[in-house]
Amino acid sequence: MIDQKLIEHIAKLARLKITPLEATEYGQQLTKVLNHFQEIDKINTQGVEPLVTPTDIEFYERADEVHKRYSAEDMVANAPEKAGQLFKVPPVV
Amino acid sequence: MDLLKATFKQVSDAVQTKKVSAVEVTKFFLSRIENLNPQLNAFIAVNSKALDEAQAIDEKVKKNESVGPLAGVPFGIKDMLCTKGLRTTAGSKILENFIPPYDATVVSRLRNAGVTILGKLNQDEFAMGSSNETSFFGNCKNPWNTAFVPGGSSGGSAAAQAARLAMGTIGTDTGGSIRQPASFCGIVGIKPTYGRVSRYGIIAFASSLDQAGPMVSSVEDAAVCLEAICGHDPMDSTTSQRKVPSFSSELSSNVKGMRIGVVKEYASGRMHPDVEKTYSLALEKLKQLGAVVIEVSIPLTEFAVPMYYLIAASEASSNLARYDGVKYGFRADFKDLSSMSLDDFYSETRGQGFGAEVKRRIMLGTHCLSSGYYDAYYNKAGQVRRLMRDQYIEVFKSCDVILSPVTTSPAFKLGERSSDPLTMYMNDIFTTSTNLAGLTGMSVPFGMSADKLPIGIQLTGAHFEEQKVLNVAYALENVSSVKLEVPHVY
Amino acid sequence: MSTSRRGFEAVIGIEVHVQLKTNSKIFCADATVFDAADNENTSPVSVGMPGTLPVLNSAVISFGIKAGLALDCKIRQRSVFSRKNYFYPDLPKGYQISQYDLPLCENGKVKFFVDGIEKNVSITRAHLEEDAGKSIHQGDFTLLNYNRAGIPLLEIVSGPDMHTAQEAAEYGRTIRQIVRYLDICDGNLEEGSLRCDCNVSVRKVGAEKLGTKVELKNLNSFRFVEKAIEYEIERQIDEIESGKKIVQETRLYDPDKNRTFNMRAKENAEDYRYFPDPDLLPLIISDAQIETIKKSLPELPLARSTRFQKKLGLSELDAAMLTAEKEIADYFEAAGAICGNYKAAANWVMGDLLRELNSKKIQISKSPISPTALGKLILLIDKEIISGKIAKTVFMGMWETGALPDAIVQKSGLAQVSNAGDVEKMVDSVLAANASQVAEYRAGKTKVLGFLVGAIMKLSKGQANPDIVNEILKTKLDSKPE
Repeated sequence: MIDQKLIEHIAKLARLKITPLEATEYGQQLTKVLNHFQEIDKINTQGVEPLVTPTDIEFYERADEVHKRYSAEDMVANAPEKAGQLFKVPPVV
Repeated sequence: MDLLKATFKQVSDAVQTKKVSAVEVTKFFLSRIENLNPQLNAFIAVNSKALDEAQAIDEKVKKNESVGPLAGVPFGIKDMLCTKGLRTTAGSKILENFIPPYDATVVSRLRNAGVTILGKLNQDEFAMGSSNETSFFGNCKNPWNTAFVPGGSSGGSAAAQAARLAMGTIGTDTGGSIRQPASFCGIVGIKPTYGRVSRYGIIAFASSLDQAGPMVSSVEDAAVCLEAICGHDPMDSTTSQRKVPSFSSELSSNVKGMRIGVVKEYASGRMHPDVEKTYSLALEKLKQLGAVVIEVSIPLTEFAVPMYYLIAASEASSNLARYDGVKYGFRADFKDLSSMSLDDFYSETRGQGFGAEVKRRIMLGTHCLSSGYYDAYYNKAGQVRRLMRDQYIEVFKSCDVILSPVTTSPAFKLGERSSDPLTMYMNDIFTTSTNLAGLTGMSVPFGMSADKLPIGIQLTGAHFEEQKVLNVAYALENVSSVKLEVPHVY
Repeated sequence: MSTSRRGFEAVIGIEVHVQLKTNSKIFCADATVFDAADNENTSPVSVGMPGTLPVLNSAVISFGIKAGLALDCKIRQRSVFSRKNYFYPDLPKGYQISQYDLPLCENGKVKFFVDGIEKNVSITRAHLEEDAGKSIHQGDFTLLNYNRAGIPLLEIVSGPDMHTAQEAAEYGRTIRQIVRYLDICDGNLEEGSLRCDCNVSVRKVGAEKLGTKVELKNLNSFRFVEKAIEYEIERQIDEIESGKKIVQETRLYDPDKNRTFNMRAKENAEDYRYFPDPDLLPLIISDAQIETIKKSLPELPLARSTRFQKKLGLSELDAAMLTAEKEIADYFEAAGAICGNYKAAANWVMGDLLRELNSKKIQISKSPISPTALGKLILLIDKEIISGKIAKTVFMGMWETGALPDAIVQKSGLAQVSNAGDVEKMVDSVLAANASQVAEYRAGKTKVLGFLVGAIMKLSKGQANPDIVNEILKTKLDSKPE
C-alpha cells in the first residue's frame, strides 16, 4: 500500500512537485499497479541473474581519440539562462 | 507517377533518372501536409529546409554523384528522434523549445540514403501512452475516422503514413509503440531486434527496450528502409556488430514449410471478435500457402505487462532526470533565482514541465528503484524477464515466426480509455513481451473492423531474424484483402 | 608506536579519486585538457543532451586494470557500470555512471613505511566512474562548466586500516606515487586530478564497534590531509568527552584556520537508486588482456627502492628519495649505468641536480643536463681527469650551455694537472714565495702544510691533482734543504 507519506517521499526523490489531489490519485494508481505486479512474486527466481540487455551483443569500446565537433556556443544555445558560455542556476550552497 | 501509391524504389529510381525531381516529390507531400494535417494533427513541426534538402539531392543527381537508395523520398520523423536544427520535443512541454545540434543516427543514415525530412510527428509524451492522447501538442487523430485515436505512442507517424502525408515515417517502439498504431491505422510497422538499430539521438524512454523502426505503406518499403537504418553505430555500444542482411533483395513470399508458432496462452478469449476473425484468417491463409502451424507455449508471457511497466518506468525515471531546467528545455518561471532553493527549482520545473502520465511513470519507477523496494520490484522483474526471454529462445528452436494479434481490439475512440491506467496498460498484452525479450516484431494490415477501422496482424521473430518476419509479412500482404483500401482522410 | 590518544583510537579509511589522464573523456570524444575555455570541452554526450549515449573509452579500461594490478587487486572479469541517481546541477544527466556492486578491481593491498615501520593497508575496491562538472558560486546564482564532466576517474577505496594522521598522509602519498609510476594520473592535488576524501572515526581503545564516521573533503595537499585528520581526531574526542554524539556528516578543511567545518549533514534520505546502466554492456576482461597488461607494468616504487638498496648499495633514505618519482629514479639509473658509480650518481642527483631543478622549478624530464651527460661527468671525476671541485664548475657549465662535460673541460682547459713535472714547477714557485712558512714547517709546525697545499691549488686554479701535489710537496719539505 502506497500511502500519502510514501508518495510525498517518492515525489521528493524524483523532484516532482505534485498537488495533494495528484498525490491521492498517484497513491491509488501506484498501489493498483503494484498489486497487479504481486502475481510475479509466485515465480521462483532464485539464483537467476536479472536480464538487462536482452540480445547477445559483442562488447564495443572506442579508441581514446579526441574529436571536436561542437563549440561551447552550440552547447549552451538551448540554455534557459546563461552567462557567457556557462549555464546559470540558482545559488547552490 | 502516382506518388500516393509509388514505392520507395520507384520514386528513388525516378529521381535518379530525372523522371521526377526530389523537389517535386517533396512539394507534393508538403502541400498534402498543409491541406490535411489540420484535421489530423500528425505533424507538430514542418522542416522549413525540406525543399533545400530536396534541391541538394537533385543537384547531386545532376552532377551524377551517388545519392543513395532512398534518393528524394520524403520522410516524417517521430519527435523522439533528434533532428539537427529542427525542434525536437518528445511531445513534451519540458522540451517545447529544444533545438538539437545533432541528428539521431537513424536520421543521419536516412539523410545519407537520400531522404528529405518533411518534419516531426506527434506522439505520446516521451512515448508513454498508446493513444497519442498524452502529447503536449494535442491529440492526433485516426485518418480512417477522426473520432478515433491513431494509437500510440507513434500515433503521428501512423496517422501521417496512413493519410500519405509522407512517403515514409519513422517510429519508436518500447512496448508496442510502432506495431499498435500501425495496426490501428492500417500501415506496415516493424520493430527491429534490440541492438539492430542505433538509439543514439533518440530520446530515451526505456533504454533496454527502445528501438526505432520504419512505419510505411508496404513490406517492401519496410525492408528498404530497414537496410538504410540498421547496423552497428560507434555512438551506441548496444548496437550489434553483425552484418545487416540485404532485406529487400532477400524478400520472398514463399512460406512453404515455414513453421508458424501460435501461442497457447494468447487463446484466452480476451479478443474483440473482429480481431479474432482477422487472426484466424491470417492463420488460414498461411496454411494455404504451405506454412506449418504449430502451437507453442510461453507461460511467462502472462506476466509481460506488469514486468514491462515496472522495468520501463524504472529506466524512464532515471532517463528523464536530465530534464531539470538547467541545460535546455523548459524552466519554470522564477522571478528571482537568488531566493530559490535548488530543490524547489527542480520540483517546480519538472512538476510543470511533465504531463500527468509521465509523472505517474516517473513516480512508479522511482519507487521501484528505491532502497528497500529494488529487490522486490526492479530486480525481480529483471529476473523474470530473463526466464521469459529464455522461453522465447527455446520456442524459436521449433518455430520460425510467431503469429498473433497486435492488440485485443481495433482503435478506440478519443477519450474512451485514458481514465484508468491499468486498463490502458493491459491493452499492451500482445506487444510488450517482444521488447522485453529483445525480439523483432511487425504489424501488417490484414483486416477491417465492422466500423471500418483497420486491424493488423503481428509477426514476431527470433533475435536478428527480421528477414523471416518480413517474408511472412510479405506473403500475408500479397493475399491481404485490405491492402488497397484507403482511409477517409486521404 | 602507540596509536592511542587520550584513551581513544582513531580509525581512518580513505577514498582516493584518481583522474585518469586519457586523451578523451570516459564516455565520449571530448578533450580532457585542464585549461580549456568555458564549456569548450563539451559535446551533446557530456552535457547530457536528449538521446545521447555513453561509449566506453578503451584506455580507461587498461588504465583501470593497470592500477588494479599495481594495488594487488583481483581484476573482475565481468564488471558493471551502474547509474547513481541524484539531482545536482554539476551532474548533467541526473545520474552519475559509476561501477557499483561489481567494480573492476577488488581485494588489494598496498604496503608503505611510516618512520621505517612497515604498514599494510587493504584496498577494498577500485572502480571506474565519470567526474562531474564544476560549479562556480557567485552568491546570487551558480554557474556551471561541464568541461570536467565525464573525465574518467578511478576511485580507490581503502579498508578502515589506518589509525594516525601520519599513516593516512603516507598512504595518500603512496597511492599518488603508484599512479604516477603507472603514468595514469598526473597526481596534481591542487588541480584536483587526485582527490582524497578521508573517513575518520574514533572509538575507545579496545572497543570493537566503530564510531560514527565523518567524511573530510577539500584536502588539496597531503600536509592538509595530515593536519585535518589531526584536528578531526581531537575534535571528535572532545565531543565525546563532553558527552556529545558524533554526527555523520561531511566536513571541509580550512587550511587558514586549521580546522574542519560542517558542509552538509548526510541525510538518511539519500537514496541513489543504483541500477545497471542499460546503455552500457557489462565490461568483459579476458585473461589475455590482464596478462598483457601485467607484463607491461613498470617496476613499482617499493620494489625499486628495495632493489636500489640491495643491488646498488644505496641507503634506505637515499633509495626512498630517488624512487619518490619515477622520472627521478629513471634519471638516476640512466646516469648510474653510464658511469657505473651509482653512489656518486645518487649524490649528484639528490644534491646538485635536484637543487638546481627545484630552484628553477624545472621538471627532471626537462633537465638541461641529460642523465648521459651527468654520467659522463662522474666518469671524468672517477678517471681523475677533473677534481671533485672542478666538477662543480663543469656541472654549472653543463647546466647553462647544455654542453657535454668533456667539451667544457677541453674548451676551458679545466683538465686536472697530473703531470709531475708541471706540478713540481708550481710547488717550487709556491715554496719560493713562502719561505717563512717552509721554515715553520721544518721547525715542526706541520699545520702549515694545509696553507701551502691551498696556495698551490690556487695557483693551479684548482686544476692540480691534489694527490700529486701532496706527494711532491711532502717530498720537497721533508728533504733537507740544499
